[in-house]
Amino acid sequence: MATNMREAIESGVPDPFPYMHPLMRKNYGQWKWHERPRPGVLHHVSAGGDEIWTVRAGTQRQMDTGTIRELCRIADTFAEGHVRFTVRSNIEFMVSEEAKVGPLIEALSTGGFPIGGTGNSVSMIAHTQGFLHCDIPGTDASGVAKSLMDELYDEFVNERMPNRVRLSTSCCQINCGGQADISINIQHTKPPKINHDLVANICERPSVVARCPVAAIRPAVVNGKPSLEVDERKCVCCGACYPPCPPMQINDPEHSKLAIWVGGKNSNARTKPSFQKLVASGLPNNPPRWPEVAKTVKKILRCYQQDARDWERLGEWVERIGWQRFFELTELPFTRYHIDNWRGSSNTLNHSMHIRF
Amino acid sequence: MTKMHPTPMLDQLEGGPWPSFVTGFKRLAEKNPMMVDLLGQLEHSYENRKGYWKGGTVSVYGYGGGVIPRFSEVAEKFPASAEFHTLRIMPPPGMHYDTNILRALCDIWDRHGSGLLALHGQSGDMMFQGCTSENVQKAFDEINELGFDMGGAGPSVRTSMSCVGAARCEHSCFSEAIAHRKVMNSFVDDLHRPALPYKFKFKFSGCPNDCVNSIQRADMAVIGTWRDDIQVDQDEVREFVRSKGRQYVMDNVVTRCPTNCISLREDDSLEIDNRNCVHCMHCINVMTKALSPGQDRGVSVLVGGKRTLKIGDLFGTVIVPFMKLEKEEDYDELIELAETIIDFWAENGLEHERCGEMIERIGFANFLEGIERDVDPAMIAQPRSNSYIRMDGWDDEADKWFQRQPDKAATA
Repeated sequence: MATNMREAIESGVPDPFPYMHPLMRKNYGQWKWHERPRPGVLHHVSAGGDEIWTVRAGTQRQMDTGTIRELCRIADTFAEGHVRFTVRSNIEFMVSEEAKVGPLIEALSTGGFPIGGTGNSVSMIAHTQGFLHCDIPGTDASGVAKSLMDELYDEFVNERMPNRVRLSTSCCQINCGGQADISINIQHTKPPKINHDLVANICERPSVVARCPVAAIRPAVVNGKPSLEVDERKCVCCGACYPPCPPMQINDPEHSKLAIWVGGKNSNARTKPSFQKLVASGLPNNPPRWPEVAKTVKKILRCYQQDARDWERLGEWVERIGWQRFFELTELPFTRYHIDNWRGSSNTLNHSMHIRF
Repeated sequence: MTKMHPTPMLDQLEGGPWPSFVTGFKRLAEKNPMMVDLLGQLEHSYENRKGYWKGGTVSVYGYGGGVIPRFSEVAEKFPASAEFHTLRIMPPPGMHYDTNILRALCDIWDRHGSGLLALHGQSGDMMFQGCTSENVQKAFDEINELGFDMGGAGPSVRTSMSCVGAARCEHSCFSEAIAHRKVMNSFVDDLHRPALPYKFKFKFSGCPNDCVNSIQRADMAVIGTWRDDIQVDQDEVREFVRSKGRQYVMDNVVTRCPTNCISLREDDSLEIDNRNCVHCMHCINVMTKALSPGQDRGVSVLVGGKRTLKIGDLFGTVIVPFMKLEKEEDYDELIELAETIIDFWAENGLEHERCGEMIERIGFANFLEGIERDVDPAMIAQPRSNSYIRMDGWDDEADKWFQRQPDKAATA
């Protein structure tokens, strides 16, 4: 059997140049400036005068080969056979003539692919796997992204936000979805339910104990079997023990809620990068369309859109108007849970007379 | 043909203007029983609000990672998708494709897998989702023959990401694609054979806009910057002022500079105090035609970014304020730095401890000592404000600083 095994060619990361649009290859490192003629379209000009137009379209990320073949057909018929993907799963078609932009947009629109995601728009949601493929999901990911993008469609195809808006979702508290202007994450509210019959056989107990961020797990003998117990007063319900020890079930259809965090920013533009902050929680995990989440996200987006100044990212807007005003405008409740108690949390309190009335 | 399961909840995700993954799954289910049962299990998850996958061990010959094994816990109900593994495959930097290669990949995946392909996962992989244990090797062999290799999973160097960069962006300050490839391909062993304390991610962003979010997500972030003056085309500045108006320029360029180093002169040209510019990119983002990064370009390197697990989110911290990335030796220096950091972390990191968490635990100054790098004020936001520190090595440390100064002057 093993004698027939093929040795892998350990080629690593492939060379991108053969796949690049020829104009990108030719002008690599030579681009001079760009503009956005309309939402979803970029126009780049090189130092030598070459021009390239890019049409950006949204995708469902989890694509069937039929969808990819259709995108390839469009790329061959209406563009120039080269595409690339953005980190937010948008597809980009590059063309060397402005005249090709219109028909390309027409073909993509007919195929059901929205044109946008550029400039000051709400781009596609960075998301995780959820029920589709994750072994520890508290909720779905593709479905949440689809439902929200249906609701935010007009903001994807237009550029009418004060600055770009990046969204993410995460289906557990490891938060693989990443930092974002608005992030929608699972928040467990109850400690894990332990199946003591299984712990000894499935879990490497010392590494589960080590995994807990608040040292709430300790070895114990339960019903005569080696197991683990959780100090429920210490437990922060993060679920970190669940991946290394599946008998410590953290997901709870009723009590695993969704929380919304705002103000994450990785760009260095104007202000330094910032982490997102908790603004809402307790939203029900309500498939297939999670209407309560959509309603809250849209409310926050509306307030930001109406009140922020040009170029202010969501977090920068809140920095300027203050958290008091944020909770007032969004009509979200401010609770004891908003006050941080993690290490370094003293820095998040207001040690000043800077108070708005 | 396997009979379709009723999917009333998923059906609701076929409506609405955004492209529907459910419609695509159903299209695959017409030909592939695996997707029939996958849809059934997904609907079952929607009904019960629970996941039904468990991990396991599946890999390809010679590698330890790269396949995410998934075995169904409800296989008796949905037998055709009892095994639904993912192959993580590394895309070219910048995620460029031509239609021939995409079609070739689709052909392989229609033959050996479910036909479901995610472009791309959060780590930057092409994710070929839905493969039986038996077919994993077959699919990989064919994908590998096309010039694509397995990505990372588990406690290993992970698949990297870089922005479009020099291929189509005037803000690009280095060759992201080349750096990405050179660095990653120096670590293929650590990528394919997981043996580190935990994951280690590299990300490459061409400028401080950091479009791949390296600063919050990469254990080692390589971000483009420049150290000379911003390039200003004053004719284009005047044109911008003329078309947008002075107030727009005051409100959206001048007063938005974080270090107040821009002024608008009487003649509608811009004056920039470049010594105080922190290279935030804002003015360049607004005035794409008039302003561009300087000509003396290179990168800064930040170490230790990660998301929540276990001690909370961490940003990367500056470890190299500036280095050139042009000659072969420059790339070698970057790779050596990465090797030193990974070796030190492999030696000193606890199990399941990210590099940034180790730095937090041992202290940044100790980390620097461990990897034999000098301290630099560009690495901190402020000096310590707590006086509880033993400082009997002060004179020696101060000497080191003064001794470094002439060298710095000589090479500048």
